[in-house]
Amino acid sequence: MFDALSDRLRDALGKLTGRGRITEADVEVAMREVRLALLEADVNYRVVKDFVARVRERAIGAEILANVNAGQMVIKIVGDELTAVLGAGDRTFRLTGSPAVVMLVGLQGSGKTTSAAKLARHIVRLGRQPMLVAADPYRPAAVDQLRTLGKGLEIPVWSSPPGTAVLDIARAGIAEAKRIGRDVLILDTAGRLTVDETLMEEIRVLGGALQPSETLLVVDAMVGQESVTVAEAFREAVSITGLILTKVDGDARGGAALSISAVSGVPVKFLGTGERTDALEPFHADRLAGRILGMGDVLTLVERAQETFDEKQSEQLAQKLRKNAFTLDDFLEQMQQLKKMGPLGSIMEMIPGMGGAAKQAQQAVDRGDLTRVEAIIRSMTRHERQEPAVLNASRRRRIARGSGTSLPEVNRLIKQFGEMQRMMRQLSGGGRMPAIPGLRRR
Amino acid sequence: MTQTDQRDAQASIEAGVARSRAGFATRLRGLLGGSPDADAWEEVEETLISADMGAELAVGVVARARARRDVIPEMAVRYELLELFAHRDAVPWPRKPAPGVPAVVLVVGVNGTGKTTTIGKLAHRFASRGARVLLAAGDTFRAAAIDQLRIWAQRVDVPLVAHAANADPSAVVYDAMDAAVARGTDVVIVDTAGRLHTKSNLMEELSKIRRTIAKRIPEAQPEVLFVLDATTGQNGLTQARAFHESAGLTGIALTKLDSTARGGVAFSIEQALGIPVLFVGVGERMEDLLDFRPDDFVAALFG
Repeated sequence: MFDALSDRLRDALGKLTGRGRITEADVEVAMREVRLALLEADVNYRVVKDFVARVRERAIGAEILANVNAGQMVIKIVGDELTAVLGAGDRTFRLTGSPAVVMLVGLQGSGKTTSAAKLARHIVRLGRQPMLVAADPYRPAAVDQLRTLGKGLEIPVWSSPPGTAVLDIARAGIAEAKRIGRDVLILDTAGRLTVDETLMEEIRVLGGALQPSETLLVVDAMVGQESVTVAEAFREAVSITGLILTKVDGDARGGAALSISAVSGVPVKFLGTGERTDALEPFHADRLAGRILGMGDVLTLVERAQETFDEKQSEQLAQKLRKNAFTLDDFLEQMQQLKKMGPLGSIMEMIPGMGGAAKQAQQAVDRGDLTRVEAIIRSMTRHERQEPAVLNASRRRRIARGSGTSLPEVNRLIKQFGEMQRMMRQLSGGGRMPAIPGLRRR
Repeated sequence: MTQTDQRDAQASIEAGVARSRAGFATRLRGLLGGSPDADAWEEVEETLISADMGAELAVGVVARARARRDVIPEMAVRYELLELFAHRDAVPWPRKPAPGVPAVVLVVGVNGTGKTTTIGKLAHRFASRGARVLLAAGDTFRAAAIDQLRIWAQRVDVPLVAHAANADPSAVVYDAMDAAVARGTDVVIVDTAGRLHTKSNLMEELSKIRRTIAKRIPEAQPEVLFVLDATTGQNGLTQARAFHESAGLTGIALTKLDSTARGGVAFSIEQALGIPVLFVGVGERMEDLLDFRPDDFVAALFG
């Protein structure tokens, strides 16, 4: 997400850097570009107007234009303002009450049911015991969808017979949660249009009666100018405590998040980053602003790595690298670990300066390049993996056949692994990440 | 759809969104009445942007409308907006292949745009005009998607070809084509899983489904309907482009137009890709799918 926005912002602001002194006219030109970039990113036009006015006002301050690094400072101002808008409000995720009630609301198709399952999984990781409640008596098969997801996660799902009023479904759910000892209730409500007064009244009643500790508005990252109208309409009915921005793994520019936070001060609390139930990330405004401006997001990367890699393994790996004993087995293991961290493209996006390479890497994964690499290594004997030097032509042919790949592919992998070993020797840990074998440049 | 149904559905949109529309239309008409000054033109531009038309397109429309001297400003804007629409062939949809060959409609789009619901409505539309319709449950990925389509098939009373969850969608499609030929079906409507257009492997799957259709029924000229949520912003164009590349779109259904959204991204898509919007979804009932007419769409912006 945010790729195109960051590209355009960088273009617009790039003209200001490396030029020393800049004039008011330069700032005007850049601001026009920034305006277009934000509008094309679906940031609400009123928000854009305010945003550009604020940046312009700060940038045209005499002390900045006189500065030799004026261009850099304008970029910093844009970054600050982005962080300020996205950082509005309190992003703590609260689970109070017994059971604590988390209610999800939103338009149809925004991803409420998938988000409910992801949130349940997140809550389990927080050490709590969630239960899912299917409070959508309207959409055909909505209950089935939640049931299937709950089953996969081994989390109980409560539903009532068709025709039950939602408040009764919720109350029965609470009673059931108490009975089976579940301390968090996630309420998956029906998708609704903001013009549908009956359904808006329904969540108003629900919110009033249950007093949820979190009421999260689920918003599709691809939503356009209407995001603000939609959020305001929901806010009028229930007190929204945060947003879940979904489908962030597409290439939408996420102007909705910026717009809603700017107008209502409601913070983004989570990002939905994929179809699997583990694809939910807590949201960090400053890091995202960095990503928008193409400055990477090292903090999230480090956290993800810490969650995935265990310390002992990392230490062993470092040892091996130092002793120059890194084998194809180790490489295979690294690949598995990397996979656990999430889609390769989204990992690389977090590395400063790798935004462009991220897309290529993800395409390589989608094409199945890494799976092929895995198959090649798995078709080798133990000995071959430890000592690739023994791989003569006949062994390579056998491996190509065994892995269902081709000889050139096997050759390429072995060659790239050799180069990687050489690079590691030179770097002996630290420094730039070596290229991953198997990733062809397109 | 009968004329009464069409009128009913029309009445329900008009009632449901009248207030939000009225504000928008009043604003546009107010700005364009008499002889608008520079500020008024800029506000017209913003108003069009607020309908998700996209900044560049809105700027262009306003610049061209401003330069026109032949008509009053409001008409100038209307004409310029109409210019953006793609050419429409006066042929029935779906195209009728050779006699005895079923017409195939492949329905695609990102997650959550309303594909399955649109299929239910299309099935009702074709069936109520006397066509023998068959549905194919090609969304084998989303939990309960097959159930949802089955409920629609029962509601509209048309047969459904489905496999188990997580089956290969191409296999479902192949069987559906077989069944369609065997039963003498007129129209097969194929559901597909919602997919983000950025996932190249899933987009490739769509090409494969197309090849499967061509393999089983070479004479079929599948219509590929792209389902677009009217609340979508500028990303809609990126989506349409990607789906067009892998599946070859022949039409668009703009859904959820009964919301406050105005679906302005349709202008960008028609203009950039020349793919016509054919249907609009305006509600939950099976009758709530209307023919799209550019004149009406533009007129609706002005109240």
